[in-house]
Amino acid sequence: MSIPFSKAELERYSRHLIIPEFNIEGQRKLKAASVLVVGSGGLGSPLLLYLAAAGVGRIGIVDFDRVDDSNLQRQVLFGVSDVGRPKVEAAAERLRALNPHITIEVHDTLFTSANARELIAGYDLVADGTDNFATRYLVNDAAILEGKPNVYASIYRFEGQCSVFNELLPDGTRGPNYRDLFPTPPPPGLVPSCAEGGVIGVLPGILGSLQALEVIKVITGVGETLSGRLFLFDAATFSTRTLKVRKNPSNPLTGDNPSQTDLIDYEEFCGLQAKPTAEDRPVRDISPETLQAWRTNGRPHVVIDVREPYEAGICSIGGELIPEGIIAESINRIPRDVEVIVHCRSGVRSARAIRLLEDAHGFKNLLNLRGGILAWQKEVEPELARY
Amino acid sequence: MATLLIPTPLRKFTGGAGLFSAHATNVTGLLHALTAEHPGIRPHLFDDSGTLRTFIRIYVGDEEIDALDGVATALSSDEEVSIIPAIAGGTQ
Repeated sequence: MSIPFSKAELERYSRHLIIPEFNIEGQRKLKAASVLVVGSGGLGSPLLLYLAAAGVGRIGIVDFDRVDDSNLQRQVLFGVSDVGRPKVEAAAERLRALNPHITIEVHDTLFTSANARELIAGYDLVADGTDNFATRYLVNDAAILEGKPNVYASIYRFEGQCSVFNELLPDGTRGPNYRDLFPTPPPPGLVPSCAEGGVIGVLPGILGSLQALEVIKVITGVGETLSGRLFLFDAATFSTRTLKVRKNPSNPLTGDNPSQTDLIDYEEFCGLQAKPTAEDRPVRDISPETLQAWRTNGRPHVVIDVREPYEAGICSIGGELIPEGIIAESINRIPRDVEVIVHCRSGVRSARAIRLLEDAHGFKNLLNLRGGILAWQKEVEPELARY
Repeated sequence: MATLLIPTPLRKFTGGAGLFSAHATNVTGLLHALTAEHPGIRPHLFDDSGTLRTFIRIYVGDEEIDALDGVATALSSDEEVSIIPAIAGGTQ
């Protein structure tokens, strides 16, 4: 290969060059390679830092988001002075300062069915650091359709997963992909996002670093990648497992009878635009201002908080805590002879709890606090912490 | 006894427990023992017709049960069975 290195580069990458299995050939492959990183959040932060430091020649970053205070607990690409800036802009500045020998390209946009294939087509490989099922299936499908490997990691609270999908194997076939592992996404609401469910800040650091490692291995051919395997890490117990991932004959893109030849509507696929059903019919609600007025004028009522205890520890409006998960077994704690206001963080869980209590237990005196404690904080009690 | 590893997203239905053990001769038996003790978890594992949902995978050891005998896969006394959920966090 005729890719030259400057003296500065040779010195910079010397710890790679002296690994016998890696050497200057591995470094040349990195310099010649291009990687698209989708999402520059918790996973994207360490991933981008290590890919840039390692000398991947061209790195694209896709993100539409702005840096927020609550990102800094784990998104180590950013600092206090970046709050409010576009993530791609702050990330590019940091990465260019880290390694001036590489090219950073920014795509300050949502990654959608309209641009996914074109974006991925411009790179050798994609690394998925997104935060929702719709985009994960989109990244997977676009990578398959464009014939690119997809290095995957995902996290939730204390758990992490990592794998390599659609890698070109020595026999000319492609390794399994995300749809082989999970043919369909869970229904909305079953698995909360990190914004709702939380994540220990170090965990994306660990999984994003593993992702960077797998990207480097795919590019250089050094070692054995996680193609055909799913790595699992439970940070709470420090247990790790590596499971086999096999091709699924009914995969709609890569199975025995492929039925999907282009991208689809992933919001619809993930049930995010489903028509309202009886299950999510509206419930009676009350605005924060009205509840505040009831409190002021002494109108009898009871407030029930269906959030988890750790959420109540961040902020509370004094309601009785009955987490949604145990509401059905706690009905004797809920009065029927006075109006009961049920609340959660944003109003979704409390509406679900009300429907359950009305349908299965005949309650008729329940009101949902519209917008949850977030709306209450905004409109009535700004000194409460938001989360 | 076979041991079932419960992933975080489903632990709200097991009172927070990450492990469930029961005497069971196959995967179906173990999952039914779980749903008998924690009925709230049932709709997250099975659809209305009793078929396993496709956004979770069941592994015995390091092998997915579809590559074995499905839910009829026999379990030895100290087998480790895992429920692997789809998770999507990358954290915005």
